[in-house]
Amino acid sequence: MKLWDKFLFTDLIQGLLTTFRQQHPKDIVTEQYPAQRPAVAERYRGAPRLNVDVETNETLCIGCNLCALACPENLIVVTTIRNAETKKKELTTFTYDTSRCMFCGLCEDACPVDALELTQDFELASYTRDGAVWDRQMLEEGPKPTKYDF
Amino acid sequence: MAEATFLDSNELVINMGPQHPSTHGVLRVILKLDGEKVMGTDCVIGYLHRGVEKIGENRTYTQFAPYVDRMDYIAAVSNGLGYCLAVEKLLNAEAPPRAQVTRVILTELNRIASHLIWLGTHALDVGAITPLFYTLREREEILNIFEEYCGARLTTHAFRIGGLQYDLYDKFSEDVTSFCDRFSPRVDEYEALLTNNRIWVSRLRGVGVLNADDCKQYGVTGPVMRAAGVKWDIRRALPYSGYENYDFDIPVGTNADTYDRYLVRMEEMRQSVRIIRQAVANIPDGPIMGKVPKVLKPPVGEVYVSIEAPKGELGYYIVSDGTTQPYRLRVRPPSFINLQALDKMVRGTLIADCVAVIGTIDIVLGEVDR
Repeated sequence: MKLWDKFLFTDLIQGLLTTFRQQHPKDIVTEQYPAQRPAVAERYRGAPRLNVDVETNETLCIGCNLCALACPENLIVVTTIRNAETKKKELTTFTYDTSRCMFCGLCEDACPVDALELTQDFELASYTRDGAVWDRQMLEEGPKPTKYDF
Repeated sequence: MAEATFLDSNELVINMGPQHPSTHGVLRVILKLDGEKVMGTDCVIGYLHRGVEKIGENRTYTQFAPYVDRMDYIAAVSNGLGYCLAVEKLLNAEAPPRAQVTRVILTELNRIASHLIWLGTHALDVGAITPLFYTLREREEILNIFEEYCGARLTTHAFRIGGLQYDLYDKFSEDVTSFCDRFSPRVDEYEALLTNNRIWVSRLRGVGVLNADDCKQYGVTGPVMRAAGVKWDIRRALPYSGYENYDFDIPVGTNADTYDRYLVRMEEMRQSVRIIRQAVANIPDGPIMGKVPKVLKPPVGEVYVSIEAPKGELGYYIVSDGTTQPYRLRVRPPSFINLQALDKMVRGTLIADCVAVIGTIDIVLGEVDR
């Protein structure tokens, strides 16, 4: 460092100028969650959902068990019964343990009929461990996080 | 441990970590001190051990891919790339050109994100709080691109064996280009804050010297080795994923000290922007997934593939016995091997320098412990 710079503190002034240039209110990027909710991306991998047919309200799931096989953590359990008349499998229960889920999206990729989907809901907190295990009804309705008024 | 002064009454043994903000996670360093002088160190690791390699033996090749993101969680995309390349080599498959270019863009973005975290935390350790706010702000933009692309920000699971699962979203090129445009002047801003700052310079210059011979002996790679003047970058030496098509420089240092490592990483960020610009300009059309079977059963054999992760050489050694699960999976983590050199670098210096050296090695404990 030159003697000149040493006494005039040019290095510190250079840094402080940079800092002060960032003070403009338009540079504020802090998000005031939960008052201001983030707009997550379209492909966001959040809470799982089991889609139903919008018209008939019947599940799209065909009970093929591919999601359960694809899951690295084995957290999906699908049970089906064979319909005696149509010879088709019908879904009886579907449980999804969100406490062990790492939201990798492999179940979603495996689903041949787009029934299982990871949605944009991201508030999955629960007061109990059992609350993290979602049954079929919960998966079809989706989570209901508390909304706060500000 | 320290060779001298075992019976000296001045000697003091203290623990730094595992709950110490400057050890970047759960690293515990047992310091043997004479006053403020470090006579020797002993690293205690394993507080974040999850047995990732053993998990790999009990999962199929596809199922294991999300777990590698959780080793070096700051640079999850690089981990994923290394693993995918290793399994692809085992399968004798290759990702299509469009997938390769996308992989390069995302990996380089991740390199910038990783270096930004390093810069922010390293500066914080040394005493400059301000850079952390700016680096996290810029990192946020990169994470937003990841979120738009693959739906996750940190543990991305962005790549699949044989190519990609997700095609590029519509505004991908615009987002990446505008990020590059905004980011280049920002690097100069960080340099304005730090490079000439007298405190920064006097805290870093001549601290933690590890010369080229020592680097080779300890197996240290990445920016730490390049700061010692060794021009070794796997992207150039053993190109993968089409890196031979890009024009970039390998920054090297001369003094092998902490300050040079800082300069090398800053220049690496600029070079990454250069690679991203070239790649974004030439994204080919075509398929994103190569020809790989649904159920992966690689032939019997073993493979070692390494890539240049932000922290150094990240290697995957996989032994296949012909079934759907790896027989053995071993990871060569750059952080773990670079951390070995800590003792060599801090012996004889002060405790405060030890903090600076831990910062400059750029470790992630998720990767050290696995």
